[in-house]
Amino acid sequence: MRRQLRLSGSGGQGVITAAIILAEAAVSEGKNAVQSQSYGPEARGGASKSEVIIDDEKIFHPHVKAPDFVLAMTQKAADKYYTDLSSDGVLILDDDLVPNAPEFKNTIRVPITKLAVEKVGRALFSNIVALGVIAKVTGLVNFDAIKRAVAHRVPPQTIAQNMMALQIGYDAVA
Amino acid sequence: MSASLMQGNEAVAEGALAAGVRFFGGYPITPSTEIAETMAKLLPKVGGTFIQMEDEIASMGVILGASLAGKKVLTASSGPGISLKQELIGYAAEAEIPAVIVNVQRVGPSTGQPTAPSQGDVMQARWGTHGDHSIIALSPWSVRESFNLTVKAVNLAEKYRTPVILLMDEIVGHLRENVELPTAEELEIFPRRTPKKSRAEGYQPYEPDEDLVPNVANFGEGYRIHVTGLIHDETGFPVGSPKVTENLIRRIHEKISLADDIIEVEEILMDDAEFAVVAFGGTARTAYEAVKACREKGLKVGFLRLVTIFPFADKIIYELAGKVKGIVMAELNFGQLVGEVRRAANGQCPVKLCAKYDMTIFEPEEIIASIEELINEVNGI
Repeated sequence: MRRQLRLSGSGGQGVITAAIILAEAAVSEGKNAVQSQSYGPEARGGASKSEVIIDDEKIFHPHVKAPDFVLAMTQKAADKYYTDLSSDGVLILDDDLVPNAPEFKNTIRVPITKLAVEKVGRALFSNIVALGVIAKVTGLVNFDAIKRAVAHRVPPQTIAQNMMALQIGYDAVA
Repeated sequence: MSASLMQGNEAVAEGALAAGVRFFGGYPITPSTEIAETMAKLLPKVGGTFIQMEDEIASMGVILGASLAGKKVLTASSGPGISLKQELIGYAAEAEIPAVIVNVQRVGPSTGQPTAPSQGDVMQARWGTHGDHSIIALSPWSVRESFNLTVKAVNLAEKYRTPVILLMDEIVGHLRENVELPTAEELEIFPRRTPKKSRAEGYQPYEPDEDLVPNVANFGEGYRIHVTGLIHDETGFPVGSPKVTENLIRRIHEKISLADDIIEVEEILMDDAEFAVVAFGGTARTAYEAVKACREKGLKVGFLRLVTIFPFADKIIYELAGKVKGIVMAELNFGQLVGEVRRAANGQCPVKLCAKYDMTIFEPEEIIASIEELINEVNGI
């Protein structure tokens, strides 16, 4: 079955890296995955978005339409990217960075960046906290596969902190 | 080898290495930079050389020098950088220097939209440099094919001693998907051509072989070589003669136009097709979805994907136009390659342009709408 995700925020928050790790984890489980991205010309601060499609069938057109899950890490991203969510889709928000949550029935609010700062020590880990949230909410990819994909992708000296961030995100939703 | 997630640009670098490229000269530019980054990581491990030059012109110059010294070479850039490389691409065509130039297309003209996809350089690939020259351009639609076509580009550059453009786009260059790359044993690699005669036997560096391609010796291997952008005879030295001029210009065209291993297309669902969609590169992914959707609606639509862009598949398009009632050409620009399709179709059927140039990629619905309009036009509705 085809599942479509959109991870959005601003440049520097790491949403593209989170999407790559998720797609890598899906591929490690033998699924087909396509990851694409769009971002502005700025190195930091511009709008940033990455999309992941996971399917047992081959994937050609790489754009997500009517996503099943949208993560928004800024107010701007939330306003822009939740609108075409599928009716039974889920909107995941960074609670502090999206003060005005859009009206959407299935919304999950997690203080993602705050958890990264207070529990792991740096906002830098917020994308991995978000990935933990996504892992739990979507159940699309085995959590162990995601752990391995994180360990594979991040700098070796940061693996322990990233594992902590991932677990904190995973545990932040019921 | 099990499947791994890989980016199109990374696959280009992997393909280049597998094809024997051991020299990369470049200058970073979005959306091509990952090719340079990956080459910088991989080349030193196999004894190759990565060099970041001061600009795109120097990057082109340095790979031509390295090629003349015997290395298989690659450079990568995007629109603004590719424009700067044009003079030396012509030099490579004239002096018959093997080189592969990757263009990961973004929106132009000029600096345009640096991070957004486009196929707006397709005619530049053919005619970007001045003068009568031939060129080879290939355009992949997937990460796996980015690998394959890089290998093919390097092979063709070596075999025909010509610049080859690998015409990527941001869609495929930045796309990550699962791939399984072939092993070295599965690949056919064309080695650098070598002289068949010694100096004593009358070796001339630009004397054409039977396939019209000269076996120019590498610098530093005991032969006397002169390389120039001026029209030259078999010695490699300039000659102001009409006959030599005519022969050289004809030969650099015919060595490519007479070859039978350059043009490649993929036909899908064409057997009973009454209409056809033609597309290439990243747009082909969406066009294929559109064709599948039309089939589900009961419309007899087929798909022809251009893998080789230049030399253009004249004969294949001519035959296609004789078989179907109409063709939709989908391309992510204001309308460029549609001119080639119309020329090759030669009026046998209508060729409808489906163009897009708003920095976003096609959605399948847009191409489906174009197909349905064409069907209605042909049926007089």
